[in-house]
Amino acid sequence: MALKQTLRKVTIIAERVLRDDLIELVKAKGAKGWTLAMVEGEGSRGIRASEWEGRNVQLDTLVSPEVADMIMDEVGSRYFKDWSVIVYVADVEVLRKDKYVG
Amino acid sequence: MNALAENLISPVVLCFVLGIVARWVKSDLAVPEPIYQGLSIYLLLAIGLKGGSALAVTPFDELLLPGVVTLVLGLITPVSAFFLMRRFGRLGVEDAAAVAAHYGSVSVVTFLAAVEAVKRTGVETEGYLPALVAVLEVPGIIVALLFASGGGGTKGSWKKALHEVVTGKSIVLLLGGLLIGWACGPEKLTDVQPFFAAAFKGALCIFMIELGLAAGKRLRDAGKAGVRLLVLGCVIPVLHGALGVAAGLLAGLSPGGAAILGAMAGSASYIAAPAAVRVALPGANPAYYLTLALGITFPFNLAIGIPLFQTLAKHLDSWL
Repeated sequence: MALKQTLRKVTIIAERVLRDDLIELVKAKGAKGWTLAMVEGEGSRGIRASEWEGRNVQLDTLVSPEVADMIMDEVGSRYFKDWSVIVYVADVEVLRKDKYVG
Repeated sequence: MNALAENLISPVVLCFVLGIVARWVKSDLAVPEPIYQGLSIYLLLAIGLKGGSALAVTPFDELLLPGVVTLVLGLITPVSAFFLMRRFGRLGVEDAAAVAAHYGSVSVVTFLAAVEAVKRTGVETEGYLPALVAVLEVPGIIVALLFASGGGGTKGSWKKALHEVVTGKSIVLLLGGLLIGWACGPEKLTDVQPFFAAAFKGALCIFMIELGLAAGKRLRDAGKAGVRLLVLGCVIPVLHGALGVAAGLLAGLSPGGAAILGAMAGSASYIAAPAAVRVALPGANPAYYLTLALGITFPFNLAIGIPLFQTLAKHLDSWL
């Protein structure tokens, strides 16, 4: 088994209009890649403009702990007030760590 | 009264009702998103092509006045909607501007329903009307967003909102279709005619089911919006519609064309405007603008507005 190393996975789930903004944001903060999926769900926010024109987006990115913190801070300060956005972070084990950081 | 019933019993309107009913009974009916998106591309391009081919055979000076009048309507309607929403709707600046953007822009499906309704009565209309839809779509949104920035409301990005409006799929497809149709002219379009004309109304029916499903969801929120907004959602289309009919007749449109322009002016956008407003005015509550545009004004126009504008155009025509 190859060497497993720990990284952070930041997950952002947001209304679809924010798609491009969020990708730009994580890249600007130092993420080297991202994965995006269309998702559905329910939360504390009521209805949103994109509701009848599509689902929410989920953006995952594997980053170092420092970058993860920066992304979370930025998402919080920029979007929490007016937008339907959640962001969370988890430790994950990866192979080939240098693919994601450095 | 006859026109009212006649207008309601049509495949397009009834499919919309079917969508609402399906939502009410909690049916699992849903138009899959790619199909909905595909249909909207089909419909917008078809409208554009048809309008474009009519433009190719219409002399420019015949277009000038209707075009200018439509542009003026696009500048007036967001202003009146904004002040009505502020004064009688008691909305804040940001919410009022968001609603105004929707009323300033145009609902393509309302336009289509009006065209169908007028066609059924056997009245002739101008073929270039889709070009006026394109003219009416953008200015209203920009004017309404200006209100918000004047009131210190805009927190979102202006540049992005503008980009969203001008490059949104509805305006790109509509303008693109108009250009292609205009460049090709009626003869060259006969090749694609079977695809874009024959299936058009059927496609519109399926699209209406999806709109009905979405409106059904909004209708449930209509009660929460309050009586004032409910009333405004019916008064504004009548006001703007009457203005549109009069302006259309003054600009030299046929009564049928003026009725359609009335329906356009009285309609509230729910494709171009919501996306732009969400980006420019994130603090505005979507519950207000979506409920008004889709839950109240669209069904109102479909059921009452369009026949009303037709009748108005007929009577005003003998005056003006």
